[in-house]
Amino acid sequence: MRRRPFPVHILVFLAPAVLLYTAFMIYPLLDSLRLSLFAPTVEEGGARGLAFVGLQNYRTLLSHPQWAPQLLNALSNNVLFFAIHMLVQNPVGLSLAVLLSSKLVRGRAVYRTLIFTPTVLSVVLIGFIWRLILSPLWGISGDVLGLFGLEHLNQPWLGQESTALVTLSLVSVWQNVGIPMMLFLAALVGIPDELLEAARVDGATAWGVFWRVQFPLILPTVGIVSVLTFVGNFNAFDLIYTTQRAIAGPNFSTDIMGTLFFRTFFGFQLQPGNPTMGATIAGVMLLVILSGVLVYLFGYQRRLQRIEL
Amino acid sequence: MKRPAATLAAHTVLLFYTALALFPVVLVIVNSFKGRLAIFRTPYAPPTPETWDLAGYRTVLGGADFPLYFRNSLVVTLASLALILWVSSMAAFALAEYPFPGNTLLGLYLALGIMVPIRLGTVSLLQMMVRLGLTNTLLALILVYAAAGIPLAVFILTQFMRQVPKDLKDAARIDGASEYRIYALVLPLVRPALGTVAVFNMIPIWNDLWFPLILAPAERTKTVILGAQVFLGQYINDWNAVLAALTLAMVPVIVLYVLFSRQLIRGLTAGSVK
Amino acid sequence: MKLRLGLVLCSTLLGAALAQSGSLTIESWRNDDLTVWQETIIPAFNARYPDIQVTFAPSAPAEYNAVLNSKLEAGSAGDLITCRPFDVSLDLFQRGHLAPLNDLPGMENFSDVAKSAWITDDGSDVFCVPMASVIHGFIYNQDIFAELGLSEPQTYEEFLSLLQTVRESGAYEPLIMGTADQWEAATMGYQNIGPNYWRGEEGRRGLIDGTIGYDEGGFLAAFEALAAWRPFLMNGYQATTYPDAQAAFTLGMGAVYPAGSWDISVFNQQAPFPMGAFRPPPPEGQEDCFISDHTDIGMGLNAASPNQEAARLFLEWMTTPEFAELYANALPGFFPLSNHEVTLQDPLAQEFVSWRGECASTIRSSYQILSRGEPNNENQLWNVSARLLNGEITPQEAAQTVQAGLEAWYEPQQGE
Repeated sequence: MRRRPFPVHILVFLAPAVLLYTAFMIYPLLDSLRLSLFAPTVEEGGARGLAFVGLQNYRTLLSHPQWAPQLLNALSNNVLFFAIHMLVQNPVGLSLAVLLSSKLVRGRAVYRTLIFTPTVLSVVLIGFIWRLILSPLWGISGDVLGLFGLEHLNQPWLGQESTALVTLSLVSVWQNVGIPMMLFLAALVGIPDELLEAARVDGATAWGVFWRVQFPLILPTVGIVSVLTFVGNFNAFDLIYTTQRAIAGPNFSTDIMGTLFFRTFFGFQLQPGNPTMGATIAGVMLLVILSGVLVYLFGYQRRLQRIEL
Repeated sequence: MKRPAATLAAHTVLLFYTALALFPVVLVIVNSFKGRLAIFRTPYAPPTPETWDLAGYRTVLGGADFPLYFRNSLVVTLASLALILWVSSMAAFALAEYPFPGNTLLGLYLALGIMVPIRLGTVSLLQMMVRLGLTNTLLALILVYAAAGIPLAVFILTQFMRQVPKDLKDAARIDGASEYRIYALVLPLVRPALGTVAVFNMIPIWNDLWFPLILAPAERTKTVILGAQVFLGQYINDWNAVLAALTLAMVPVIVLYVLFSRQLIRGLTAGSVK
Repeated sequence: MKLRLGLVLCSTLLGAALAQSGSLTIESWRNDDLTVWQETIIPAFNARYPDIQVTFAPSAPAEYNAVLNSKLEAGSAGDLITCRPFDVSLDLFQRGHLAPLNDLPGMENFSDVAKSAWITDDGSDVFCVPMASVIHGFIYNQDIFAELGLSEPQTYEEFLSLLQTVRESGAYEPLIMGTADQWEAATMGYQNIGPNYWRGEEGRRGLIDGTIGYDEGGFLAAFEALAAWRPFLMNGYQATTYPDAQAAFTLGMGAVYPAGSWDISVFNQQAPFPMGAFRPPPPEGQEDCFISDHTDIGMGLNAASPNQEAARLFLEWMTTPEFAELYANALPGFFPLSNHEVTLQDPLAQEFVSWRGECASTIRSSYQILSRGEPNNENQLWNVSARLLNGEITPQEAAQTVQAGLEAWYEPQQGE
């Protein structure tokens, strides 16, 4: 069967998606990168324009005493934010998934549904709720610690440079733990029962079964969860904006790339916005996220494939 | 019940975590029905006839048009989902069905967006929407969400479309069906995948603050989340109103979630098995 | 089918966006004033112009500038824009977002001082109608003062020992203020008590001329005086936001609240106890006193508004004696800037405004000229004042940080 000389239908099938995606995703991304190569100018008479400056904005961002410390601060805060998710959210999610995949536990569906609830709610609402709960005025955090006889450990968690970012990271973990839980659960349920039985017959403990059978088999999911966490965390904004405002206080201790970008682009209080520098920060974010994804694709996945081979 | 101790331990952990997950939400809902003094003096007590107070709800319903916001959110979410499913399923069909030159390359191009957040293009998107005169329209949001949803949707749907048996399509072709007819034939066969794509996109679109804040902050086009955010900012020293607004923004979502949680979770897990 | 549905959807959505012209929307950071605008000011305007529908749409103070900027960029900002004083609004005007108001009838009712916050450097263009100034001071809970036998302090030393008495009583917090939103620390802290130390206008102009720096004389002394508040701030103040502090004071949790006069209207609605006010007490031995009487709020016209005519009518109405009287009494604590005679009814507001007769007035040190560069002087003051009260830095470090920031770009300060 010979095809027609020009397959119009293929074009018809592809065009809407390709056009929409190119116009409203790829073009804005490239155009933002282009904008980061320009700087505002003020001509005589006050008219404002843009002039091409090459990589000058990037150089300024990376080296100017006004910008470099801010960028470094936001980057390292973002790394900590990500690290806490990797160290707390994903292991907790995995543990819950293991418990929920065990046939010994009744009512798994109910637990699963309830634990996932915060994940379907907006970060804005979650942020506000935690702001109220952690507010010294309401005093809930002191009361809850008091239940365990620990009220002397109570702190103004969101108000101290040493605790604010960790607190907000844990709030984010609390909300998002449902996602790794579900992904791990799906992977665990996919493991054939015979494999688990065989290990048990060999005398493996529950812990042994997990480490020697289940964990190796869900390694691809571990990779996917990690890269999803990475992209999500370096793109985070809503939670900090809702709880600490764009100023990411105290003293920028909760400033991450998303809030730095927002504050730079739109300005804050008496500081006017700076779109080209905002685009430059977006460019750096793009670079960071892309390199993370590349590490995953070429480091982790390759190695996984080699192990499987 | 072979190992009661282990089972008990598992239940304890799960119960504790469930309580941790629900405590803040319940606390807010309970206190939203109480007077100002009771909120601060007895935050853990359920409302009694003495502390019962709907002042917060009166303020919220008088000050913010939540039904309108709700409608906006619904329109944006449903329209974006429809657009994503429609264009992505066609593109996925073409990629899965026809080995035209550049097929792989195009697939890669479309997959590029899976990992790159569209937010980084905000600066330029805003300028584009200003030029197109689309700021403060729901259409702006729909276009952006659709564009952002396409990469993952095409990726997932292509995988599923490849698994549709060839005989079926060939039989239809012999009967003289057009390629469009065959696409319509294949579509119902990948329904689970369409469900997964819908679930993956629905929650983030409904919950987004960023693009409504930047592209459509006008009163008439506010989504629930932006409306709640602005309202909470406006009434921040009125705890009754804040708690009532949080409850009003949360409860519909929770109800929908509980009603559809089985489908939703099946959708999520079906996608990840893939 | 789906395509057609999409098109129908598009057209109705676009239609909805266009249909709202013909009404005015006001952008503001004064979310506390929402009910006053809805119930008093807008109805009064509508009594005169019944066909112009006005919506007051405030955002939270701390995010106003960012939200406003994003709306202006997007072309979605309201028709009337509440103006912060000096450099921020000047920037909006220079970027073409605010329309010039030189020919607006009624502008002659404002003195040059009143207009100074919303005028180009060469004085050629006025771009906002001055609305009000605000005065700093302290509001106190009279019940707690009576219970503990306290009286209004005359000197700063008396003020501190008063706070000490409250602390020792154990029943109440001495000072109700939080540092979580940061601006209170600078605005109700540093700029409140500071003028007594840097001698008001003399010090402020010295900063602009470069004859004095933040790291010396009165400006340093003001940081030191502010640092003395630390032991008296409420429990958990580091995480207490501005609205939470307002709530704490009106719930009767503390004795003294470092205030802007704008707090009066909120407190009148929410506090069930009688309140008094005293001005920032000068240090012992200082004869004269200075208060911050800040030209704080104006109203401008969005140059891109499709409702220029209606918006101008509203602005014109804002220059009338009717508006001045209405605004000053509906929102006690906002003192009108026009030349009309206005009678204030609220006793607390009368108390605040009476200090004008006793002390010399000045405006906040960072607002004029000094917040044009990077780093921004006002934003830095927020940051160091909050950190100072949080105990993260010393007064010297606070002063040096701000001074270094200013020297980084402001030529008159780069002299030595």
